[in-house]
Amino acid sequence: MTPAALHALLEKHRHDPTRLVQILREAQDVAGWISPPLITEVAGHLGVPRARVEGVAGFYSFFATQPRGEYRVLFSDDITDRFHGSERLRLDLCSQLGVEPGKLRADGRVSVGVTSCTGLCEQGPALLVNEHAIPRLDDARIAQVAELIATRHPLREWPAELFVVDDSIELRGWLLGASVAPGEALGHALALSPDAFLEQLAKSKLRGRGGAGFSTADKWRSAKQAPGPTRFVVCNADEGEPGTFKDRVLLRRQLDLVLDGMTACAWTIGAQRGFVYLRGEYRFLEAPIEAALAARRKAKLLGRDVLGHRGFDFDVELHLGAGAYVCGEESALLESLEGRRGIPRNRPPYPVTNGYLHQPTVVNNVETFASVALIALHGGDAFAAVGTPKSSGTRVHSVSGDCAKPGLYELPMGATVRALLDACGAVEPQAVQVGGPSGVLLSPREFDRRLCFEDVPSAGAFVVFGPERDLLDVVVNYAHFFAHESCGFCTPCRVGTTLLERSLDAIDAGRGTRRDVKEALRLSRMLRDSSHCGLGHTACNPFLSLYEKFKPTLERRLSSLDFVPTFDVDEALAAAREVTGRDDVKAHLEDV
Amino acid sequence: MSSFTLDGHDVPFTEGQSVLQAALAAGHPIPHLCAHPEFKAHGSCRVCTVKVNGRMVASCTLPAAAGLAVESETQELKELRQGLVQLLFVEGNHFCPSCEKSGECKLQAVGYALDVRTPHFPQLFPDRPVDASHPDLILDFNRCILCELCVRASAEVDGRHAFALSGRGLTKHLIVNAESGLLKDTSVAVTDTAVTVCPVGVILKKGKGFAVPIGQRTYDKAAFGFEGKKP
Ligand SMILES: Cc1cc2nc3c(=O)[nH]c(=O)nc-3n(C[C@H](O)[C@H](O)[C@H](O)COP(=O)(O)O)c2cc1C
Ligand code: SF4
Ligand code: SF4
Repeated sequence: MTPAALHALLEKHRHDPTRLVQILREAQDVAGWISPPLITEVAGHLGVPRARVEGVAGFYSFFATQPRGEYRVLFSDDITDRFHGSERLRLDLCSQLGVEPGKLRADGRVSVGVTSCTGLCEQGPALLVNEHAIPRLDDARIAQVAELIATRHPLREWPAELFVVDDSIELRGWLLGASVAPGEALGHALALSPDAFLEQLAKSKLRGRGGAGFSTADKWRSAKQAPGPTRFVVCNADEGEPGTFKDRVLLRRQLDLVLDGMTACAWTIGAQRGFVYLRGEYRFLEAPIEAALAARRKAKLLGRDVLGHRGFDFDVELHLGAGAYVCGEESALLESLEGRRGIPRNRPPYPVTNGYLHQPTVVNNVETFASVALIALHGGDAFAAVGTPKSSGTRVHSVSGDCAKPGLYELPMGATVRALLDACGAVEPQAVQVGGPSGVLLSPREFDRRLCFEDVPSAGAFVVFGPERDLLDVVVNYAHFFAHESCGFCTPCRVGTTLLERSLDAIDAGRGTRRDVKEALRLSRMLRDSSHCGLGHTACNPFLSLYEKFKPTLERRLSSLDFVPTFDVDEALAAAREVTGRDDVKAHLEDV
Repeated sequence: MSSFTLDGHDVPFTEGQSVLQAALAAGHPIPHLCAHPEFKAHGSCRVCTVKVNGRMVASCTLPAAAGLAVESETQELKELRQGLVQLLFVEGNHFCPSCEKSGECKLQAVGYALDVRTPHFPQLFPDRPVDASHPDLILDFNRCILCELCVRASAEVDGRHAFALSGRGLTKHLIVNAESGLLKDTSVAVTDTAVTVCPVGVILKKGKGFAVPIGQRTYDKAAFGFEGKKP
């Protein structure tokens, strides 16, 4: 990267260290990777310690602190991608390109690895090439990608049809089906005083759609009442939970509802600035969101005196993440927005009093803000009339896995699991994962349970497992996900997720005994009881669900021996053989 | 003065104290590693976890409040804390008998205090080369428990930002503030607070090894939590 290009980039970001993640992303786009001298340069210009920049560069998985080639291919490694053959396709691409999985090719041009779920589960398998998503992979597409890379076709000239992402809406409710002009819902909100709109919100009984189900009105009220010279509104569009892709579609189809909801929040709590924190995997949404923001500024829906209300100034900035599930956790998200490593903060204090730059901040999910717009349009009572007493409104479910029609289904809160299974055409499912890996695995005995906060809460993912699937594969895949995504701040999660992964790998490889199950249970308790944030608390859920509900599936895979080494003894001697230059029979151990 | 109870004992506190701070001040040694009286609570090691109203929480980040009923010395919490200490042992490479910090090391002392006799979990044997580049200091990363005390001390007390963390999850690791990655190229000084604050044997002064003989060290004389007191 030339000094002039770096200078222009830093100018664009006003030399503002809170924009560090954005700066590194854009610098990497030009330079290919974030080299030690580049880190030194950036730190010098921003006036922050070099080690801080290096720490940030080393945190996010999309940042390359080693060369990763002109073409960095990452296959989405969600269990649904695997169901659709992603493993074979990845190895095929590797062999067509002559590259070893996970390594940089000798000529330094290409690498092929894996990444956590890219949120394209209903049109998988998917991959990212230099963070640009290509869904619906099959042999033909893999051959095409291999050819484009082999001939060093510049990415921006690749056929556009490769990058087309479907919206896959299968069942519309008043949210997915809404057709209202930008600003219409906002107009309704602004016709009321901030207090009167908050009143409507309280009547609606809306609860957050991002997972925890906190009352939205209570959250806004706390932020409104918290002292501070300024306030912020943040839309959580990190959508990192494997199996979830509803925010992706809402941001494309109902972006103006989301932005109307954010602006109504600013009106209510008295905020001047807002952010949309978009996961790096959804880079294809960057341009459309920027365009919508520009259009709204033109239409006076953002900027000074919004909709002619004197003194109501509000604008929204888009921030992209760089591959870190933990940044969906609201306080880690705020750290990332401030240009730091995405480590969840200690609480108290909470974001409503000490959020972005330690000012009062509302963080809500994409679907929550879109629901706010519906409340502005239809009123709090109408919203509360849908769903169940404690879970009002509708819920958009991201359905994937073994069913005839994967995609988005909007149903009133409280619909049964069975209703959704029937709607998506699932045949004899043996289990459903609701809410992603951090949620619960439901057995057929539980299919009459209801999807709502009173019964089975869900962050929106609904993954169906057909009769042929091995649920241990699912649990192993999820264990790898958590170990990969642990931020590493606290002991139980940093070390425990890896040990849990290893115990489950041993069972998967047929080397597991009852002792491994006992160990996994102990680690699960430690994760649940002593982790610092929700990632660690829930990292044990897949294993615990399997243990509690599908014990035979687990026990079938245990080796009957009392003792089996947790590692392959012969393989462990490989290094010793290499140093001693031996490979004779006596240098091998077998059947120990 | 307001108070809460810890295992049934009344513990007085002042506004702004954490449960851990108030307990330590009242002479109840809740085991802990990343907490330090001179620094803001960190909350990363989780060894000080206690139970309040049936919920497990780190006592270092829990504000003391009147009427809390806190459990600490229970079998359940002892097992949890043992497990956490064991995780820290298997995560790094700790060979206590050959470590200069033995007898002064908090990890070792907390381990003894909790009756930790074995690492229990499979060792992860990470590959962490030593940095001996600095004329006066040595960094043995093998023993780092990632408590960030040196990071905090260097930034907040010494004003040098000589240390930081990079990586994520199990690959999280201590780094120094230099493009070369070597301590000799940072501005760290042997008199820095960051150098003496390390609870384990990572940051060591050269030429000072075994100045205090084994047998006469802090934790040879008193158990963790009773430092400087008669056993
Ligand atoms: C590890 C972890 C990941 C999370 N990821 C997301 C996410 O991707 N999107 C989201 O809206 N909330 C996520 N959350 C929940 C947020 O912390 C927060 O509760 C939510 O954004 C609040 O918005 P709501 O009240 O509208 O639900 C996550 C939580 C944890 C612990
Ligand atoms: S639980 Fe995991 S993700 Fe959360 S703070 Fe601890 S290490 Fe980080
Ligand atoms: S070097 Fe010592 S003080 Fe610094 S993080 Fe590691 S254990 Fe803590």
